[in-house]
Amino acid sequence: MLIEMQDIWKTYTDGTHALRGVSVRIDRNEFVYLVGPSGAGKSTFMKLIYREEVPTKGQLSVNGFNIGKLKPRKIPYVRRNIGVIFQDFRLLPKLTVYENVAFAMEVIEAPRRLIKKRTMEVLDLVGLKHKHASLPAQLSGGEQQRVAIARAIVNNPTVIVADEPTGNLDPETSWGIMNLLEEINFRGATIVMATHNKEIVNTMRKRVIAIENGNIARDEARGEYGYET
Amino acid sequence: MKLSTLLRHLREGFKNIIRNGWMSFASISSIFFSLFLLGVFVLLALNINSMASNIESQVQIRVYLQTDIDQQKANQLENKIRKLSDVSKVEFVSKEKGLELLRKNLGKDGDALLDGYDQASNPLPDSFTVEVFDPQNIAATASQITALNNGDETKPITSVKYGQGTVEKMFKITNAIRNIGLIVVIGLGVTAMFLISTTIKMTILARRREIGIMKLVGATNSFIRWPFFVEGALIGIVASGITTVVVLMAYSELVRLNEVELGLLMIKLIPVADCGWKIATLLIGLGSLLGVWGSVISVRKYLKV
Repeated sequence: MLIEMQDIWKTYTDGTHALRGVSVRIDRNEFVYLVGPSGAGKSTFMKLIYREEVPTKGQLSVNGFNIGKLKPRKIPYVRRNIGVIFQDFRLLPKLTVYENVAFAMEVIEAPRRLIKKRTMEVLDLVGLKHKHASLPAQLSGGEQQRVAIARAIVNNPTVIVADEPTGNLDPETSWGIMNLLEEINFRGATIVMATHNKEIVNTMRKRVIAIENGNIARDEARGEYGYET
Repeated sequence: MKLSTLLRHLREGFKNIIRNGWMSFASISSIFFSLFLLGVFVLLALNINSMASNIESQVQIRVYLQTDIDQQKANQLENKIRKLSDVSKVEFVSKEKGLELLRKNLGKDGDALLDGYDQASNPLPDSFTVEVFDPQNIAATASQITALNNGDETKPITSVKYGQGTVEKMFKITNAIRNIGLIVVIGLGVTAMFLISTTIKMTILARRREIGIMKLVGATNSFIRWPFFVEGALIGIVASGITTVVVLMAYSELVRLNEVELGLLMIKLIPVADCGWKIATLLIGLGSLLGVWGSVISVRKYLKV
C-alpha cells in the first residue's frame, strides 16, 4: 500500500474543515483523478500527501512513513520520493531549464556526472532537450509545465502529485501533458492528479475519487468526471 | 558534507549574487553606506582620542625642593619618586637649569625682570619634573609624592604642583569628547543594522518562492542555508572591501593635504600606516558579519515548515 488514509480530518486554524474523516487506499502504480467542486478539499488532500500540511486527526501513511508523526528533520527525505506538479509550474525564473531540473538532483547530493546524464535524459523524455539552456520566460506554458514535470520525475519518485497541471493550458497542450503523465505512470510511478478537466477524465477512464465538502462522495475504478462544466 | 556539495554551495552562492543582480547591488550599497559613515566616525574618534591623549601626556608634576637641599638628599628623593608605581620618568632640574628655562620662556619681556640674578643670587629651588603613565591618575601620584615628606623632619619637598583644577577640567573635556565619539559610533552601528535589515526584508520577499521550491524537492534546511550563507558572506566582504579602500584612500589624501595647515594648529592626524589595519579589520569583519547575519535571518524565517 502506497498511500493510506484512515479517518483523516483536517481543520485549519481559521476553523475551516477541509477534510472530514476521509479514508482511502491508493496502490502502487495507480492513476487517480481527484475531482470535485473548488474548495471541496482536493488541494488539502494532496498537500497532506507531500507533507505540506499535517492531518488534524487520523492516520496517514505515505511510502511507509507516518506523515502525522514525522519529525521535521525527516520531511525532506519523504519529499524526495514524491514529485509535485502545480498549475502555475513553480519554476525558478532565474535558472535555465537544465538548472531547474538538475537542482532537484543536487538537493539529494547526486554525483555531478550522474546529474548531467539523468537531467538530459528526462529533458529528452519531456521533449525539451534542445531548450535546456533557455530561461522559463522564453518558453510557452506547455513547455514550462514539461520542465516542471521533468523536475518532478528526475529523482524517480514513487508518487507524482499533480494539482491541476493542465489548468493554465489550452486543450491541445493539455493532451500533450496527459500523454506524458500516462507515460510516466506506465514506467511505474503512482499518479494522483486533481483536475477540473471533464474531457480528460472522461476520455482516459482511470480511477476517479470525488471529494465534496471534505468527504469522499464517489470512488470508482473506471470513473467519469460526473459534474457539469 | 561531501566536497562536491561544498563546492556546489560555493558556486551557487557566487552565482546567486549575479542572478539577483539588483538585490545584490542594493545590499552591497546599503552595507557600503553604513560602513562608510561608521569608518569616517571611527577615524574621527581615533583622531580625537589621539589628540586628547597627546594633550593629556603633556601633563607633568613639578616637585620643588628646599633651596638649601644637598645633592645626596636630592638623589635619595629622586630614587623614591622613581619607585612610585605610576611614575614613568623623573628629571632633575637644578636651580641653574631652572633659571635658564625661565629666561627662555619669558623671552625679551623677562630680561628686565630677571636681570641681576646670576648663579650666586639665584632665587629658584632645585626641582624634579615627573611624568606619569596614566595622566588621569596624576592627583593620586602627586599626593604620594607629597607624602614622601612624612617621617622626614627636614621636609625636603616644599611644594608639588601639577596644575590642580585646570588638569581636572581638561580631563572632563577630553573624557566627554571620547564618550560622545563612542556614542556616535555605537549609534551609527545600530543605524547600519537597521538599514541592512530593511534591505534584507526586501530580499526575503524575493526569495520566499525559491526557498519554497527547494523545500518541495526535498532539500534539507542546511542544504538550503549554505548558498545563502556564502552569498551573504561574499556580499559583506565585497561591500566592506570597497568601503575600506574608499575610506582609507580619502583619509590618506586628507592627511597629505592637511599636514601643513593643521600642523600649525598643533593638530597631527594619525598616519594611515598606524590606523589603516585597525580600520580595515573593523570594517571587513563587521561587513562579513552583517552579510552573513542578513542572509541567515532571511532564510531562517522560511525554513520553519
